[in-house]
Amino acid sequence: MNKPVLQRQRTEAEVALIERFDQGDRRLVGASALRADAMRRFAEAGLPNRRVEAWHYTDLRGVMRSAALVRAPETATLPVARECLTKPVAQTGAFRFVIFNGAYNEELSSSGPLPAGVTVTSLAAALAAGDADVLGALKADGPGTGDAIVALNTALMQDGIVIRVMPGAKVERPLAILNLMSGGFAQAAFLRSILLVGAGASVSLDETTAVCMPDATQANEALTVVVGDGARVDYAAQVAEQGEGAVAVHGLFVTMGANARFNGFCLVPVAGLVRRQIFARLEGEHSTISLGGLSLLRGKEHADTTLVVDHAVPNCVSREFFRHILDHESTGVFQGKVVVRQHAQKTDGGMKSQALVLGEDASMNNKPELEIFADDVVCGHGATVGQLDANQIFYLQARGLSRGEAESLLLEAFANEALELVADESIRARYAAQAADWLAHRSGQ
Amino acid sequence: MLEVKNLHVSVGGRKILDGLNLTVKDGEVAAIMGPNGTGKSTLSYVIAGREDYEVEEGEVLLDGVNILEMDATERANAGVFLAFQYPLEIPGVATMTFLKAALNAQARARGQGELQTPDFMKKVREAAGKLGVGQDMLKRPLNVGFSGGEKKRMEILQMALLQPKIGILDETDSGLDIDALRIVADGVNALRAKDRSFLVITHYQRLLDYIKPDTVHVMAKGKIARTGGPELALELEKSGYAAFTGEAA
Repeated sequence: MNKPVLQRQRTEAEVALIERFDQGDRRLVGASALRADAMRRFAEAGLPNRRVEAWHYTDLRGVMRSAALVRAPETATLPVARECLTKPVAQTGAFRFVIFNGAYNEELSSSGPLPAGVTVTSLAAALAAGDADVLGALKADGPGTGDAIVALNTALMQDGIVIRVMPGAKVERPLAILNLMSGGFAQAAFLRSILLVGAGASVSLDETTAVCMPDATQANEALTVVVGDGARVDYAAQVAEQGEGAVAVHGLFVTMGANARFNGFCLVPVAGLVRRQIFARLEGEHSTISLGGLSLLRGKEHADTTLVVDHAVPNCVSREFFRHILDHESTGVFQGKVVVRQHAQKTDGGMKSQALVLGEDASMNNKPELEIFADDVVCGHGATVGQLDANQIFYLQARGLSRGEAESLLLEAFANEALELVADESIRARYAAQAADWLAHRSGQ
Repeated sequence: MLEVKNLHVSVGGRKILDGLNLTVKDGEVAAIMGPNGTGKSTLSYVIAGREDYEVEEGEVLLDGVNILEMDATERANAGVFLAFQYPLEIPGVATMTFLKAALNAQARARGQGELQTPDFMKKVREAAGKLGVGQDMLKRPLNVGFSGGEKKRMEILQMALLQPKIGILDETDSGLDIDALRIVADGVNALRAKDRSFLVITHYQRLLDYIKPDTVHVMAKGKIARTGGPELALELEKSGYAAFTGEAA
């Protein structure tokens, strides 16, 4: 009878998520204090909704009516995963780590020796062992800490991959993380991976999320990246396959040392709702971060990219370049905030978001922001929303291309200019093929 | 043969072409000269099939077929080629990709097989070489960062590859220096053929020193005000357009 009075009624999904934690899922190993604190924060805030500024355009509370169940990593569904791995999206020359139904699966992962300078463990094992580096990295989510969905991830994280790249190691073969769910029913997964890159090292990581039997799945995934001094990280991510009514929230937390470089890209050509949130913090001077993305949306799909780049020190460069193609009744969101702290003089920041709205009922929400407290900086942002250029279409038609061919060529060009930011050639080719498929599907209608 | 009969065109309620009649026979090079704002570019766009114009009356016949019923794609495939006054920049589309798409689209429309890549490359290289279009230009996105002269040469290259029945050159000389003008004119002259005609739209006589016309038409106030031989262009150079605009009024 002495329970505190709630200001509002919790939704069915919120109640289920909190109960899951309270009832002590035995698979949630380790980091108990971290998890408990995170769950307390989630319980206070609830699922993000329109009243939370950072989630204004993506009402997760409204969309997630119920909380999907977490599936046990039983072996019966392994054949499904194996079949899934034969799809083009899983074809990669990278050394691959597979997380299947919420747990690292060694059998599905690449075999043979790891590339030199790389050590890998599962998150579950690292947490069980109380790995100090891992616990430290989990605490360092920076600006992401205030986000309820990040807190929920920390509270309920099942597993993930912890990759350490030794100082000075130049990892030639790209690494890949494949977050796979068997699907076939509304299933949930809470995953957290960690990439710790030592000073002067370089590595390329490709992360893909896919559901074998697309359904109304709920994925809450996050990747924490710590880029050491003088290190270089190329990262590409995509939600490759999920079903109608599915929700995928992907968090990326990057902290960078001095003279470091991080080049990240995300592709979204997928059903349902995708929210990508990126929190990057430049903590060492003379570092460069480049973030890019391409969203290809149709039907009632919804893709939200929300990012914060925090310049905490002087002499760093940040670039954001995101493109969106919106057909039918789809919705795109881009919210980008570049923060330049008082001491971060000589910051060079540039942010662009460009959308082509093809569908009469499609909509794009652009919200670029600069928060500048230093006085000697060069920062700019631009956001455009438009349609295909009628003059360009006429020009192409006047050379014999049909209207459909002309549109496809222009859309492909628009997409490819974004894909040029993908550092790894083979990943770029795979993404370009997916974009071409998306366009072929469009022109085939 | 191109025949424009009693063509009335307006844009946003404003009359631009006012009963224009014009015939360009096979193999003929016809020049259209006239003051600014008299509807020369409108005529070229209407023939090529741009949609922003309202055709109120009249016909445009290509070999007896009224092409006004067709969209821009169908007209291109029927053999109409417009060399744009301001060629469009298409970022992200490699010039070679575009050229191949255009050639294949027209081949398909005419029931011919698509070109094999080696044949295509050879064809483009040959034509490009004659126009001084370098490999670096072909590798760049279409017209992006091209100078005025490069853009015009690219238009003529496209015309050379697509081999139209009628080539309409809309102020192809604008923005060209003498050397570029000569290259472009040589390109056009090389394409002159018995079954191909040209409509050369220009303000100045200068272009016609290089591309010798068979006929010269003076256009004023939306119609052809006078038709003559090459000497008419020389006369205009001396006396200007005042007499014609007065005559047409």
